Amino acid sequence: MSQMPQRQSLQGNQACALGAIAAGCRLFAGYPITPSSEVAERMSKELPRVEGVFVQMEDEIASMAAVLGSSMGGVKSMTATSGPGFSLKQEHIGYAALAEVPCVIINVMRGGPSTGMPTRPAQGDVMQARWGTHGDHPIIVVTPSSVQEIYQLTIRAFNLSETYRVPVIVLYDEAIGHLVDTVELPDPDSIEIQDRKWASGPAEGYLPYAADEDGVPPMPRPGDGYRTHTTGLTHLETGFPTQVPADVSRVIGRLLDKIERNRDAIEQYELTNCDDAEILVVAFGITARSSERAVNLARESGIKVGLMRPLTLWPFPERKMKELAGQVRHVLVPEMNAGQLILEIERLCPDSVTVSGINRFDGLPIDPGEVLDKIKEISK
Amino acid sequence: MSKLALNLKSLQKAGEKSDHKFEIRDYLRLDLFPHFLCPGCGHGIALRALLWAIHDLDIELDQLAVVSGIGCSGRLSAYIDANTFHTTHGRPIAFATGLKLARPDLHVVVITGDGDCLAIGGNHLIHAARRNLDITCIMLNNEVYGMTGGQVSPTTSLDRYTTTTPLGNQEPGFDACALAKGAGATFVGREVTLQTTALKNLMQEGLSHDGFSFIEVISDCTEIYGRKNELGSSPEMVLSQKRSILPKFDGTAVDKPFRAGNWDTGVLVREDRPEYYKAYRKHCHKVLGTAAVKK
Ligand SMILES: Cc1ncc(C[n+]2csc(CCOP(=O)(O)OP(=O)(O)O)c2C)c(N)n1
Ligand code: SF4
Ligand SMILES: [Mg+2]
Repeated sequence: MSQMPQRQSLQGNQACALGAIAAGCRLFAGYPITPSSEVAERMSKELPRVEGVFVQMEDEIASMAAVLGSSMGGVKSMTATSGPGFSLKQEHIGYAALAEVPCVIINVMRGGPSTGMPTRPAQGDVMQARWGTHGDHPIIVVTPSSVQEIYQLTIRAFNLSETYRVPVIVLYDEAIGHLVDTVELPDPDSIEIQDRKWASGPAEGYLPYAADEDGVPPMPRPGDGYRTHTTGLTHLETGFPTQVPADVSRVIGRLLDKIERNRDAIEQYELTNCDDAEILVVAFGITARSSERAVNLARESGIKVGLMRPLTLWPFPERKMKELAGQVRHVLVPEMNAGQLILEIERLCPDSVTVSGINRFDGLPIDPGEVLDKIKEISK
Repeated sequence: MSKLALNLKSLQKAGEKSDHKFEIRDYLRLDLFPHFLCPGCGHGIALRALLWAIHDLDIELDQLAVVSGIGCSGRLSAYIDANTFHTTHGRPIAFATGLKLARPDLHVVVITGDGDCLAIGGNHLIHAARRNLDITCIMLNNEVYGMTGGQVSPTTSLDRYTTTTPLGNQEPGFDACALAKGAGATFVGREVTLQTTALKNLMQEGLSHDGFSFIEVISDCTEIYGRKNELGSSPEMVLSQKRSILPKFDGTAVDKPFRAGNWDTGVLVREDRPEYYKAYRKHCHKVLGTAAVKK
């Protein structure tokens, strides 16, 4: 039965939980940590109502392991955490990347390093989200800027994870996680849901890691008769370990290429006032909200400035960024860290473009005034 | 019941066989052979006992999930022709927890080592025992980190030499079964690889138990630990196991018993307590009303 969209007042973390349920997540394993705990709390309430399972594990390592065990069993699964817990999950994020186990990890960023500032927002995990686990690996990171977008991008995170069999991280800061706003919850039937490809056909001679055209192998479901082996050791198409250099380059090459060749379908960004911009602001999360306000105010005083807001932080919308870098003379990157995203922007900009940052790591959001002042200074 | 009687009871169970004969080849991925274990390694005997128990219980390989950690013990899962998951060091119980919660229809067996289960993975063991999810955890205790070349483990006997205790180990070890029992495991047992039939019977009982079952297998790392401590050839090491267990045999196969302790063997704990998944589901239905739950 189709329903009208519903409007509800929700906190960011609660919107995340509802997005996960809408996406088909049926197991949550987690360990409490500020400022992410409301995701777990809401999941513990919602999952029993849809015949799902909520389990509070003994730590974040176990939570991530349980998520993978469940996903390997064929059930969409998720965990949520923040800084210290995100660090603990890294070994298993690598396992998910290598063994190609779909999973979604919510990381609500707080001040770091270490225990840092549990209740203060930060954007210090930009690089950890990309490179937190060891070795070359594929990963996708999406980053919402509003409560509504947390809902939508959580659904998208599941879809991407299922489609490409990669871990997907939903990265947002404490400020957005705890923001309360009105969210439009669409009619469940209207939501586009993607499920992983399941192995079909004869079990005889079946190769669990032989990829289709899109670079992604269908997944065998335990109980369906394929009886395959899954390992965190570098493995062949058969699923069994190899250390033969030529084989290793092929199989790891495919893993990395899975994201590269599908960049167009994965990358997402939003542009505001970019058409004639001479100055470009690149910002995500809460900082994108301040930046958007600053850009609009600067426009009122005649400054040709635009905003690029990446919704996928990794892979970073590289082609679009290069295109914009060819048009502007200055790029400004405000971020709540000592300068992480700016490294990627600098890499993508020609020498003719100056790149500067606004950096805060004191637990306070960057406000529109700060961004506006900097835009004015640059435009002089 | 005396310990001896318990042991005899488990031996008698060997009579209850499934009607077709156990052929280990029917359960192995033979194309992976020759296998990776050293000659004489006790882990191979444990694998045989497990597959034999699975055979006698008529467990369908399609419905069997074997989750292992990292170590020589962890490598065993690859040889079993079932749904097998070679996970990360210390975490197979946590992976298995997610798998069993998502797929209660599967038989979920964990294979782990003394380092995997008691050092890096100790936290997962005690919490799994507390929860009582229906998983069978088989810990192969060879008193050493075999895979990484023979370092000290949380079960290494006192004064034993390892590559990180060149002067002899001075740390006391865990009694794994007592640990599992203390944490609330509803089925706990221990057996030596020497008594393969009894080991198989114990595994059969663990697999049939509805709840978390923990089985410690006294296994031998012949090539590394055995050589380092001059414990004799692998047959000598296996035979010496009987001097370390209760009830004691009179065997005097080698001068030094492998194990320092007097180990109880057989079923050590058997209790009835609600199985975690079933209890969770039942409770949710009760509180919410079955009709309110949407699949
Ligand atoms: C996180 C992590 N730390 C360390 C290792 C290295 N490592 C591999 S196996 C192992 C010990 C295995 O000992 P045990 O569990 O007793 O298994 P055995 O080889 O004796 O069967 C260690 C320390 C690892 N793989 N991962
Ligand atoms: S190193 Fe020890 S535990 Fe590992 S296979 Fe050889 S004998 Fe067995
Ligand atoms: Mg060991």
